[in-house]
Amino acid sequence: MSTSHPTENVTQEPALPKSSSARDKPLGGRFVGAASNYLDERTSISGITKELGRKIFPDHWSFMLGEIALWSFVVVLLSGVFLTFFFQASMVETHYTGAYIPMRGVEMSAAMDSALRISFDIRGGLLVRQIHHWAALVFVAGIGVHMLRVFFTGAFRKPRELNWVIGFILFILAMAEGFTGYSLPDDLLSGNGLRIIDGMIKGIPLIGTWTSFLLFGGEFPGTQIVGRLYTLHILLLPAILVALLALHLMLMIINKHTQFAGPGRTNSNVVGFPMVPVYMSKMGGFFFIVFGVIVLIASLFTINPIWNYGPYDPSPVSAGTQPDWYIGFADGALRLVPPHWEFVFLDRTWSFNILVPLAVLGLFIVLVLIYPFIEAWITGDKREHHIAQRPRNAATRTAIGAAGVVFYAALWAAASSDIIATHFKVTMEGVIHSLQAMLIFGPIIAYFVTKRICIALQKKDREIVLHGYESGRIVRLPGGEYIEVHQPVDEFERWRLIDAETYEPLVVRPNDKGSIPWHANLRAALSRWFFEDRLAPLTQTELDAATAHQHHALEHIATEEDAEIQGAHERAGVPDAPHVPIDDGHHPETANRPSNVIIPDEDDKK
Amino acid sequence: MARTKPRRSQGRRSPWAAAALIGVGLLLTGGAYAGASAAMASTTDETSVSALTVEDGKKLFQANCATCHGLDLQGTESGPSLYGVGELSVEFQVATGRMPLQMQGPQAPQKPVQFTEEQIQAMAAYVQSTSPGPEFPSPEILDGEGDIARGAELFRINCAMCHNVAAAGGALTEGKYAPELTETSALHMYAAMVTGPQNMPVFNDMTLSLEDKRDIISSLLFIQENESPGGFKLGSLGPVSEGLFIWIFGIGSLIAITVWITAKSN
Amino acid sequence: MANEDDALEHERASWKPSPGLAVAVSDPVRTPDLPPHRERMTDKDPAAMKRAVRTVYTLFYLSVAGSIWAVAAYMLFPIESGSIVDIRNNNLFVGLGIALALLAIGIGAIHWSKAVMPDKEFIEPRHATRGRDATREGAVAVFEAANEESGFGRRAMIRNSLIAALAASVVPGITLFRGLAPESSPENPHAGDPVYLLSHTMWKEGSRLAHDPEGTPIRAADVTLGSAVHVIPAELAELSHEEGYLEEKAKAIVLLMRMPPEDLIETPERADWSYDGIIAYSKVCTHVGCPVALYEQQTHHLLCPCHQSQFDVADGAKVIFGPAARPLPQLPITVDDEGYLIARSDFEEPVGPSFWERH
Repeated sequence: MSTSHPTENVTQEPALPKSSSARDKPLGGRFVGAASNYLDERTSISGITKELGRKIFPDHWSFMLGEIALWSFVVVLLSGVFLTFFFQASMVETHYTGAYIPMRGVEMSAAMDSALRISFDIRGGLLVRQIHHWAALVFVAGIGVHMLRVFFTGAFRKPRELNWVIGFILFILAMAEGFTGYSLPDDLLSGNGLRIIDGMIKGIPLIGTWTSFLLFGGEFPGTQIVGRLYTLHILLLPAILVALLALHLMLMIINKHTQFAGPGRTNSNVVGFPMVPVYMSKMGGFFFIVFGVIVLIASLFTINPIWNYGPYDPSPVSAGTQPDWYIGFADGALRLVPPHWEFVFLDRTWSFNILVPLAVLGLFIVLVLIYPFIEAWITGDKREHHIAQRPRNAATRTAIGAAGVVFYAALWAAASSDIIATHFKVTMEGVIHSLQAMLIFGPIIAYFVTKRICIALQKKDREIVLHGYESGRIVRLPGGEYIEVHQPVDEFERWRLIDAETYEPLVVRPNDKGSIPWHANLRAALSRWFFEDRLAPLTQTELDAATAHQHHALEHIATEEDAEIQGAHERAGVPDAPHVPIDDGHHPETANRPSNVIIPDEDDKK
Repeated sequence: MARTKPRRSQGRRSPWAAAALIGVGLLLTGGAYAGASAAMASTTDETSVSALTVEDGKKLFQANCATCHGLDLQGTESGPSLYGVGELSVEFQVATGRMPLQMQGPQAPQKPVQFTEEQIQAMAAYVQSTSPGPEFPSPEILDGEGDIARGAELFRINCAMCHNVAAAGGALTEGKYAPELTETSALHMYAAMVTGPQNMPVFNDMTLSLEDKRDIISSLLFIQENESPGGFKLGSLGPVSEGLFIWIFGIGSLIAITVWITAKSN
Repeated sequence: MANEDDALEHERASWKPSPGLAVAVSDPVRTPDLPPHRERMTDKDPAAMKRAVRTVYTLFYLSVAGSIWAVAAYMLFPIESGSIVDIRNNNLFVGLGIALALLAIGIGAIHWSKAVMPDKEFIEPRHATRGRDATREGAVAVFEAANEESGFGRRAMIRNSLIAALAASVVPGITLFRGLAPESSPENPHAGDPVYLLSHTMWKEGSRLAHDPEGTPIRAADVTLGSAVHVIPAELAELSHEEGYLEEKAKAIVLLMRMPPEDLIETPERADWSYDGIIAYSKVCTHVGCPVALYEQQTHHLLCPCHQSQFDVADGAKVIFGPAARPLPQLPITVDDEGYLIARSDFEEPVGPSFWERH
């Protein structure tokens, strides 16, 4: 007993070809047939193969951004496994006796020594180290662009809110993986990063001093931290990450991927290509491309030159001490705090110069994490949404997203304030003051500007749908006026420009007691704000009327044009000349010379 | 509606005439200038077979430096006194183009050098004779044969916080900066340590012994002479340039590739 | 077909606006059908298809070449000489070989899927995410049976004591993690006391100021105007790493500077903490602990490179810019009878970043 075939109700060809029972020979030969039989008799794998093999995936480039993250994670895993065979996560002191002269004889931890040996004393070791680190940067960046795509297309709405939460946790885990990873070589740059983290932890009230003490196994830097970070980096964090990643992908398969609106695409179907062989090939190919691009970068560009930084020591520090890019927003938050935000009260030190950045970043992260639920509460929308919205059609959400991006960008830029100062020959104080202003005012300005741009774009789309696109062809009417001819878009293009989503703000209703509680009022107010300035949805009748009008206008112009041409022909003495120009190979038709009557052949022969 | 090809009538001035005239003018004046300056340079070259004297140095000083530094090196409102700076400072400041200072600002930037080797030596000799101070080092200090590992460690402790571990330079307060050292000569490294130009601290021979300085110079020369084993250095600025690079070229190219993958085939 | 009807019904139900959400759905624009399939060059022209196929397998063979090249480069570019150029060449050529191998497979596979495999689009209906009523009732029945048979719902004593037991069972495991940090012992009475450890450094009365890292002592006369000297206690240089060299250093590092005594602004209590314009401050930033060592000898400003906190050395190292909140602790110094700089005592406040118990 099985559910009816998924494609039975549809007029399209079924995705699955005729069954193989009609074959006289097993597909792939006898060995493959026997092997498949062997497996199926022990694992029931035929079930999954049938169900998932021809699953349809919609096709759009922005749907592949998550794959950037996924495949770069595989690259990180593979290169990381290689490194674990050579890296020593120990802070026992040793002296480097390997190939690199400026480090020879220097006292350092075994961790740093093993990292230098990987770089200088093992063929391909430096390559794999660089692949690992570049891939880590691509991984987190891939998650970032993927997250932005999901946000701006509203793909986190029901039923995908939980997947958003899982995805965001994956983002945090990826950042943690990166941080623990680059701290492993125990070099000067990452060691100072650990020092900063230690200082931040110490600033936390009540538990801070003790948390720092436990984390480092005593005073900073101690002899434990690299080993502990190693455990986190190769065991705990990857295990959680892989488990959540599997859950993330499973939910995507169960919910099926969203798709953009288009002809034939509704909220209750998926239109695209089957997993096997097209998507398998595209995804597999993309894996190799991501891998290849990372290896190409790793063979050409240096990353994290630990041989320059030297082993960690509390005394030296390098100009231009920054964490990897994905931790930049936190470092920038610390830099933007004005001086003196700390005082002693009740015999205890309250470090607001650390607590405020922590709180602001924490709040930001939590807001992004629970955003789907906030939006669902505001809109009151409990429908399932499988159509990805164009960002312009969700103006308030896009504006909120733009504000969030500007906020993050200000923090991120602040992390490189000293490098901005030296490279643009400005004062570092000026950079910091400007970024402080941008942090506060930037999101507000970005919100308003983005909202207006979205609404303007919606209006433009509506214009094109109802009145056609400007064709560039100017026509002079008999009365003397000039108009530009608007060509109608074809049916399929037009559908893309129409926003099929319909929304109205929440209406508050009194509860059983006949009163309206304050939070219901708040909800309704937010709902009104969320949906303000939206365009009224287009109805079929309006659309038909507009299309008919467009065709009338074009016909009218065509008639007028015909009459003009006929008049010109009559005046030229060739009343029976065709109105359509003959292609004689020398004078191609152009939009502003539709007639071939007045071609100056004689002049050209001179 | 007739489209006729425009016909060139005789004697009409070509549109290129004006451009050609300007070009000829530029060539003539530029050529004259180049010729003249070459002639001037060659005349100075001819007389440099014997080095310039302290007297020549004094004249150069009075002509180019005294306005700000005073005729007797006593300093004025525009420039500090040069008492005790010695020949080392003069050579450093002038041979890196920092002096003569073009305008007041947070810090004297390096500019194209205004004087020849001989002129600089002459000015240095003059200042050293009037106002003795740090002298040129023995060549051994600059030979780059010191202990590179030890030098690198000393560089990290004493210099890297301003100049960056890979000598890529760094920011100071209020628009000042510690320059990158990837093109600096051994002599200038030594001179900067000893004389402490502008806001750079002074590293006398008790703070960093001559052997220490030799080691530091050797380690910097090693950085200058050797490329990075990992490939292009991206400015040796660390995670900032790496992050910028990966976003622009890494993610940028990967997104471009996704557009290609999902585009319809021709 | 009852199952299908069921599913469609639920789909329609899921579309019904929830109470409170007013949605105008009358007369929506109808979705056009799929556009007609546009043929590709490879569909129309067999020669183009042949070309595409040839491209694909050429790319795959090119990938094999890349892999072979990578293996060859591994052997042809040894690094055992230790020269930087050799290492760079090995990195470059092995990497390029691998990159070619991977990219060629990827591009070949993509070209295959775009140009050779059919690009016909298929439609697959979605099912409502929500399970069907019968399924849900079945699931509920499972829980009801579990509840009935175990008595979890009505046996409050069992339930509550189970929850208490499970919660409590975690606590010993968490307690074990106290071992992450050391405990105090008779030999080390303060080893387990972070507040004490943070409040004391290796400096004591008579400790000689010494060069970092060798540990050679410093004479006052050696420190000339405009100098910035990196200082550790002389005793520190003799500590080994097992004895806590780095941990002590992380608190004891000091920056020694000299400026004209008339430029120094000193409070009366600290009048004897400097020596003839020579002044010593803790090098650990009071923000989050980076070494603050960028000394500008003309402005007397001390800049921390991590978050750009600035301290005015001439005026008690007070904060003049940046996120730091407290001035750098000053090390009281003087000279001994041989002219070497020594500390008068330990710092009078804990050095480094703030912590909760600091007051």
